[in-house]
Amino acid sequence: MLTRSSIKHWYLIHKWTSLICTAFMLLLCLTGLPLIFSDEIDRALGYSVTPPDLPETAERADLDAIISAAKARRPGDAVQFIVADPDEPDLWFVRMAENVAAAKPSAFYAFDARTGDYLYQYPLDQGVMNIMLRLHVDMFAGLWGTLFLGLMGLLLVASLVSGVVLYGPFMRKLAFGAVRRKQSTRLKWLDLHNLLGIATLVWFLVVGATGVINTLATPIFGQWQSGELADMTAPYRTMPPVREPGSVQKALDAARTVAPDMSLGFIAFPGNGFAGPRHFVAFMQGNSPLTSKLLKPVLIDAQTGGVVETRELPWYVTALLISKPLHFGDYGGLPLKIIWALLDILSIAVLGSGLYLWLKKRNVSIEARLDALPNEKEKDCA
Amino acid sequence: MKTSLTGIQIWAMPVLLGLVSTGGLTAALLFDGIGDAVSWIALAAPVVTALWYGVRRT
Repeated sequence: MLTRSSIKHWYLIHKWTSLICTAFMLLLCLTGLPLIFSDEIDRALGYSVTPPDLPETAERADLDAIISAAKARRPGDAVQFIVADPDEPDLWFVRMAENVAAAKPSAFYAFDARTGDYLYQYPLDQGVMNIMLRLHVDMFAGLWGTLFLGLMGLLLVASLVSGVVLYGPFMRKLAFGAVRRKQSTRLKWLDLHNLLGIATLVWFLVVGATGVINTLATPIFGQWQSGELADMTAPYRTMPPVREPGSVQKALDAARTVAPDMSLGFIAFPGNGFAGPRHFVAFMQGNSPLTSKLLKPVLIDAQTGGVVETRELPWYVTALLISKPLHFGDYGGLPLKIIWALLDILSIAVLGSGLYLWLKKRNVSIEARLDALPNEKEKDCA
Repeated sequence: MKTSLTGIQIWAMPVLLGLVSTGGLTAALLFDGIGDAVSWIALAAPVVTALWYGVRRT
């Protein structure tokens, strides 16, 4: 049993962590709601591509021809990545930018993996969903915006933990789920806040904590690049960067020989932050539900097309990769997305009711409220 | 005045919901097909619980 003074301390933690983060969490929950369905929304708006119906064939187009076709579309730009989608085995995606190391893409193309035909160019940085995404990821404030939202996420986690500690003393005389509707609006919303908060707790904690990990994506990959990747390419450090990389098809074939039971996630081109100055890196994915979320980098010499080394990603990158589906809710089909949205709406109700309770009672001390706890119940029983 | 509830009375449902939610979050991550179905049912549990107690009239 908590003492009166420790309840008071936990209450202050709950109040202040919540007050600081609530406005930002409301923003994240509201912008996150449409983002859960971004695939479906993009498809409905026509920002997607379906490979044309062709007779069943094992024929695969040469990747180097696709790269040449992409370069012909933007002669001044460089190819940064070739991306595969396990759900769309008949498509290759090519990301281009002003130069191979640029942070922002200039084009994102889809090609038919069977014929090599150009199919579609995705619109970049436009539309309502892009505004939602930017508000959700960094509030248009770049890396610092992202890290700030990560800090707010940490406060949310502290608020949820302190909320659980307070749940005990506040529910001492109330059956689970009891909502006192007849006495006052504030009591009704206090009970609803406790009910919705405890029901959605684990989901909200997981989505909050994985969101915090996602805000650290840039430093996490930075650590991998300056640590493991730099270490793998160290023997080549004194050699000049390649100007014209060799065959990417050969590189992919080589990667497949060392990871025969895996499929390609993406290939980073030489000079990109995810590759080396003289190397392609092919990021291979497993084929089980869990391992398909993970990546295994294969370092390939860009001139000879031979495999140099392959290493498992360190735990902190694996933690980031596992955090993504657990934050997005995109790993169990449309029904899971709908449940994700319902839990998100319930979380908005928890945030909103918490804010309402603070506005209603901010002039009353916690002592007075603790004194009132059993009395409220007495009236209820009378 | 009504006597206080025991710890078990207070925490049984929250702990149960927490375990079911954890199972639901994990199931679809580890298994396709049946894992997805388990995650839908398990993660619907906190939603249904919140709505059931939240909107019922007593």
